[in-house]
Amino acid sequence: MSERAGKPAILVLEDGTTLHGTGFGADGETFGEMVFNTGMTGYQETLTDPSYCGQIVAMTAPHVGNTGVNDEDPESGRVWVSGYVVREPSRIASSWRATGSLDEYLRANAVTGIATRDTRLLTMRIREQGAMRAAVSTVEADPAKLLERVRASPRMAGADLATVVSTGKPYTVAPPAGTPVRFRVAAVDLGIKASTPREMARRGIEVTVLPAASTAADILGAGPDGVFFSNGPGDPAAAGYAVEAMRGVLDAGLPVFGICFGSQILSRALGLETYKLRYGHRGVNQPVMDVATGRVYITSHNHGFAAALPGYAGGASAGSDGSTWSHVPDAARKPFDTPYGPAAISHVNLNDGVVEGIRLLDYPAFSVQYHPEAAPGPHDAADHFDQFCTLMERGHGAA
Amino acid sequence: MARREDLKSVLVIGSGPIVIGQGCEFDYSGTQACRILKSEGIRVSLVNSNPATIMTDPEFADATYVEPITTEILEKVIAKERPDAVLPTLGGQTALNAAMDLHAAGILERYNVELIGAGIEAIEACEDREKFKEIVTGLGAQVPRSIICHTMRECLAATGELGYPVVVRPSFTLGGLGSGIARTADDLRRIAGTGLDASPTTEVLLEESIIGWKEYELELMRDRNDNVVIVCSIENIDPMGVHTGDSVTVAPAMTLTDREYQAMRDTAIAIIRAVGVDTGGCNIQFAVNPETGRMVVIEMNPRVSRSSALASKATGFPIAKIATRLAIGYTLDEIPNDITGQTPASFEPALDYVVVKVPRFAFEKFPGADRELTTHMKSVGEAMAIGRSFPEALQKALRSLEDKSAPFSFRTPAEPAADLLARCRTPHDGRLTTMMTALLAGASAAELTAATGVDPWFVDQLDFLKSVSAATAAAAELDAARLRTAKEAGFSDAAIGELRGLGAGQVRALRHSLGVRPVYHAVDTCAAEFAARTPYLYSSYDAGTEVPGGTTPKVIILGSGPNRIGQGIEFDYSCVHASFALRAAGYETVMVNCNPETVSTDYDTSSRLYFEPLTLEDVLEVVHAEQAAGPVVGVIATIGGQTPLGLAAALAQAGVPIVGTSPAAIHAAEDRGAFAEVLAQAGLAAPRGAIALSEDEAALVAAEIGYPVLVRPSYVLGGRGMEIVYDEPTLRGYVARATAAAPGQSILVDRFLDDAIEIDVDGIYDGAELYLGGVMEHIEEAGIHSGDSACALPPITLGQSDVAAIRAATLAIARGTGVRGLLNVQYAMAAGVLYVLEANPRASRTVPFVSKATAVPLAKAAALVMLGSSVADLRASGVLPAEGDGGTLPLSAPVAVKEVVLPFGRFRDPAGAGVDTVLGPEMRSTGEVMGIDSAFGTAYAKAQAAVYGSLPVKGRAFVSIANRDKRAMVFPVKRLADLGFEIWATNGTAEVLRRNGVRAKIVRKHSDGVGPDDEPTVVTRILDGEVDLIVNTPFGSPSAASARLDGYEIRTAAVRRGVPCVTTVAGLAAAVQGIEAIIRGEVGVRSLQEHAAALRG
Ligand SMILES: Nc1ncnc2c1ncn2[C@@H]1O[C@H](COP(=O)(O)OP(=O)(O)O)[C@@H](O)[C@H]1O
Ligand SMILES: Nc1ncnc2c1ncn2[C@@H]1O[C@H](COP(=O)(O)OP(=O)(O)O)[C@@H](O)[C@H]1O
Ligand SMILES: [Mg+2]
Ligand SMILES: [Mg+2]
Repeated sequence: MSERAGKPAILVLEDGTTLHGTGFGADGETFGEMVFNTGMTGYQETLTDPSYCGQIVAMTAPHVGNTGVNDEDPESGRVWVSGYVVREPSRIASSWRATGSLDEYLRANAVTGIATRDTRLLTMRIREQGAMRAAVSTVEADPAKLLERVRASPRMAGADLATVVSTGKPYTVAPPAGTPVRFRVAAVDLGIKASTPREMARRGIEVTVLPAASTAADILGAGPDGVFFSNGPGDPAAAGYAVEAMRGVLDAGLPVFGICFGSQILSRALGLETYKLRYGHRGVNQPVMDVATGRVYITSHNHGFAAALPGYAGGASAGSDGSTWSHVPDAARKPFDTPYGPAAISHVNLNDGVVEGIRLLDYPAFSVQYHPEAAPGPHDAADHFDQFCTLMERGHGAA
Repeated sequence: MARREDLKSVLVIGSGPIVIGQGCEFDYSGTQACRILKSEGIRVSLVNSNPATIMTDPEFADATYVEPITTEILEKVIAKERPDAVLPTLGGQTALNAAMDLHAAGILERYNVELIGAGIEAIEACEDREKFKEIVTGLGAQVPRSIICHTMRECLAATGELGYPVVVRPSFTLGGLGSGIARTADDLRRIAGTGLDASPTTEVLLEESIIGWKEYELELMRDRNDNVVIVCSIENIDPMGVHTGDSVTVAPAMTLTDREYQAMRDTAIAIIRAVGVDTGGCNIQFAVNPETGRMVVIEMNPRVSRSSALASKATGFPIAKIATRLAIGYTLDEIPNDITGQTPASFEPALDYVVVKVPRFAFEKFPGADRELTTHMKSVGEAMAIGRSFPEALQKALRSLEDKSAPFSFRTPAEPAADLLARCRTPHDGRLTTMMTALLAGASAAELTAATGVDPWFVDQLDFLKSVSAATAAAAELDAARLRTAKEAGFSDAAIGELRGLGAGQVRALRHSLGVRPVYHAVDTCAAEFAARTPYLYSSYDAGTEVPGGTTPKVIILGSGPNRIGQGIEFDYSCVHASFALRAAGYETVMVNCNPETVSTDYDTSSRLYFEPLTLEDVLEVVHAEQAAGPVVGVIATIGGQTPLGLAAALAQAGVPIVGTSPAAIHAAEDRGAFAEVLAQAGLAAPRGAIALSEDEAALVAAEIGYPVLVRPSYVLGGRGMEIVYDEPTLRGYVARATAAAPGQSILVDRFLDDAIEIDVDGIYDGAELYLGGVMEHIEEAGIHSGDSACALPPITLGQSDVAAIRAATLAIARGTGVRGLLNVQYAMAAGVLYVLEANPRASRTVPFVSKATAVPLAKAAALVMLGSSVADLRASGVLPAEGDGGTLPLSAPVAVKEVVLPFGRFRDPAGAGVDTVLGPEMRSTGEVMGIDSAFGTAYAKAQAAVYGSLPVKGRAFVSIANRDKRAMVFPVKRLADLGFEIWATNGTAEVLRRNGVRAKIVRKHSDGVGPDDEPTVVTRILDGEVDLIVNTPFGSPSAASARLDGYEIRTAAVRRGVPCVTTVAGLAAAVQGIEAIIRGEVGVRSLQEHAAALRG
């Protein structure tokens, strides 16, 4: 709204859609894949989640920045989104924990944002057209010119971004003072969030975070009790190195746990296809069913790719037989064979039937497509970290 | 999992009459419950004494008992229906308490009925605040420090530990009744005293005060699979210390980081599990310290609540519906989300808009009452608005209140900032508006936060509005961009006009010429992640309208807005019926309303719902949007009460087609002059009267027509400011006050008809034929507002000739005014002459009562008549009875008695004394009940039981009566004595009684004070619970006179103790009949379906 400071800015989508607004955060021009996030809290965690690397994120919640920013909530050392779209950026920061305002924060991180009235329109466009390339600019006045540059910008499909966001060298996260070390875990950083090692450390795990490109040998060299593959940005199909590493670890029979991108890596290692969802799952309200127990967890999501059902190349089949209108596809109900023995689809998204978790039946390995570490989002699935501990207790070897 | 097959028959308990703290939100939830159960093929029986509810419509249950919600009656119903289970979690605190009583009395066990929704343990765990705190602390969460007390001594001792101020909170009460903030020992004695009285377990909790902390609510659902979802978070703008029901609230929470929100969510889930609400919804309140973030749990309601209704409307997630499904065994993932149709209910709604709820108060009706907002609820209704930003939603909500002083005025105020700041310190009705004014007067945001404890973010939003208003005022010209900015911030055309020196109409014309119009977005539960199927819409100055197009002709129905005294659920009832009837007749219905508590704002009541303020501007935009999307037959403005009625003329002027009663007809009935014409033409009598502009003039008029006179300011409606005046001094006083309040104010002076029988009539006129819906004879004589007096249908003392005269008069008025559809006329019959008091060219408060008493769906019929059907057609199609009508009921017809519920118990003056409870021409009741049975006595007894628990059948009756009533009361009091009552009386009354052979013990008046051997006064005795029945008729002139003061003390004491208190001779006679009926043991139960079968075959 014009009673707010900020120069004119435009948002242009690959399909030519142009939205006008005012710039906030840093001035400039930025490109990325246009996605939306439906979370009503947790914008600082979202901004700092490496999985958003290469994406322009639109928040469907109208008021963003109300509680400012602080030093406790970031999920990494920097803001990763390449652009930010909100309707009503807060003029002030109101929280006893706030150390600054969102606007300053984005500026300090050189991230360009736009405040535009039309975020709902934008969301619907993405829902119907699918995720698209886009740009936000406070320097280009001519949408047509910007559109050309958008169409020339790289696509998300096929992009290897894990190596871009990953740590350069290994580092260790130890359990908090007073918590004895129960296990040692090697965590492959494909875009890891700070909360993940923290959640493990709280449970007495000493986590050694390794670069994305680490080989199986590098990983096993550390002599871990278990191996973790993190969330991360980009197309899993472009991360063959991680799939290789995963296979090596599985061969060694070590307990494996994967989250999000890590789950896609496990899926590929098991011979499942991964595919790009039309517009992905990004939010903190996604219902995921544990296929075995029928329990439903409200989970935090951030993924544009997913594992296909066994025997399928894409999401096409992911519907139910229609007998109940529930979205657990029949194909997800029976175990399937993999180079590592039988596996099961452990979790399914009830909104659209997308595969949300996989478990090997003869090997100590499982993964989930959503975020048990939450931050932002509900803690419903936090017990996956305990399951990982249980696997490590049982120790090496085929389970 | 799927549904439990063992449940074949379920008893639903409703919430009874509308009272402060328990409004029509429970009709909304109860109606949904009944619908779901029926759709599942389960036999539904229902008990609810409130006839104005949709849920008590025969079609919503298999057996509908409009009977008192008392243990005795419930047992009778259970014995008759033999249900497998009782569902008590959708009828508010009333149903919950009723269920507890059934359990305590061993009735559930005896008939082996299961409680579904929430078990006894769960209910006890939340309602017993001490138990609840143990559970919460056991989970490692925090609660305010507190001490439970059962006596005043314990209370006073407790403050030693807690210090002042302390918060007093009784157990098992609703809307914070009996609670309050005590700053001194005196406060404590007073508040805890009431609290101990109010609590069924004479138990209060004294609690560390955390006034000023941020207050939040979470709405949860849990299924038998232990899946839990949070449907909605609600943040109170008014910090702790103001009851959530009285706070301006926002959804979703605006000022929590994810960390704090998740901590709250985790705690809430742990609590619902620990308490053991296993299938259904609950609501949990939290407080957060704004400096430290310390979070404490305030309370939990193990049932659907006011906030659940709000949350349902705010998110599109139908909590009551789903709670019912869960109660019968479904799990959340098995229940589809109606709105998307493609996703399950096991998710948490995501909002891409902001919802604001504002409370509606009625202090003007209780002049003495303390207006400070505190921990017990004082508001009588609420309005909700949706916008794409907080400012837009807030300003829409404020204009939804329909209170001229509510919306922000952006003129620079005269009052200095300091004074305004000072006023902001005490929570009061409209504090946000005062805050806005303070900002405009130059107060700083920081000062406001300091003065109010309101979160800086909200204050900054007000500050933002200030800047928008400044820019709007300063702009060289009002171009499209400028207008848009203001509209996006929620400014009404009127507010913009005020800033630019233009009329609202001029701004609108300009706006339309510039093409600046709102779009309509769907409330879709998912922030547009999925497509919405159910068109539940709100306006916003945003992009991309979502109004579905179509070719089916549409009828737009204007609702009645926030509940208030005089315009409540009864009007929503008619709107909902109209919608059902017209949908059935093949129209698409479009509902416009802003009251979140109602059935009309349920997204599947109408073909389309617009959650919008009922102002000319907002309605015109809806009409425009609908006309653009398809054919609109017209707008119905005469069933939603006075609110839409007031819009009709302006809408018509703007070229909007009005169906049913035309603006001209409305004028003919409402304009005093025009209506006088109609009466003259028809040769009907009206009380003599004239308009006076000064004291002297008034005195002259009064002298000419004779005292007593009824006076009222000429502009008001709803009986506002009406008084009965018995002498000239009082008259001059009244006129002086009125003209001082509003200079140039003219006063209507009418002859007051003493000892007149008042009669209410509802009818339907199709332009040729009148269908007389019902003739209601008031039990109190004229002079007590029709909305406040009990009445009986069929009339109990009127003869055939009277009814014939009434029919003729009503027909003449219908013709003369030219109404099409419903008409309500109020008559007074004095000395055999029928006077017309007023005619309302619209659905009236009594339509649902009449419909249920006579088993005829009046509102449905009226809606069809408005669209062209004739009464004859409707008789043919069976909507109306083939022959006869409400004026020709057979002798075998049941007698229905309406009794009203008054909120006096809720109000205290600033000194803590009660407000007077005497009835008058100004309406003050919040709700009503119906007693229906074969004879008047039993019906009356039931109506009393529904309000007061039950009429006493033995014990002490205290009688104190105005001289003019003394003769009339002798016989009924004698009867009471014969029935075995011990009669107590004040000496004057006792004397008369003695002379007539009734032994009466004299008790001291309040004004006599304590006796020589310190005999207590009657007031003390009442408070000590020594009196079982009180008969006290108000004394002569409403002003002065110690006699009157005595009456005041007696009646307020009665209210405090909840002793039945009869204030009219007619009422006494009825009460005696009722008591006899109970003694003869005639009080049985009979469902509306059974009554209907008897009446309509
Ligand atoms: N310890 C307290 N200090 C200050 N205000 C309180 C305290 N406890 C409750 N309140 C206020 O009183 C209101 C009513 O209390 P609550 O426990 O919710 O009773 P009810 O059952 O009437 O909702 C709350 O909304 C809150 O604003
Ligand atoms: N002339 C009169 N004599 C006696 N009672 C009257 C007279 N006029 C009005 N009343 C009483 O005042 C009440 C309210 O008056 P009414 O004209 O119906 O105003 P409202 O618009 O509030 O219904 C009536 O219900 C009736 O009891
Ligand atoms: Mg409460
Ligand atoms: Mg009236």
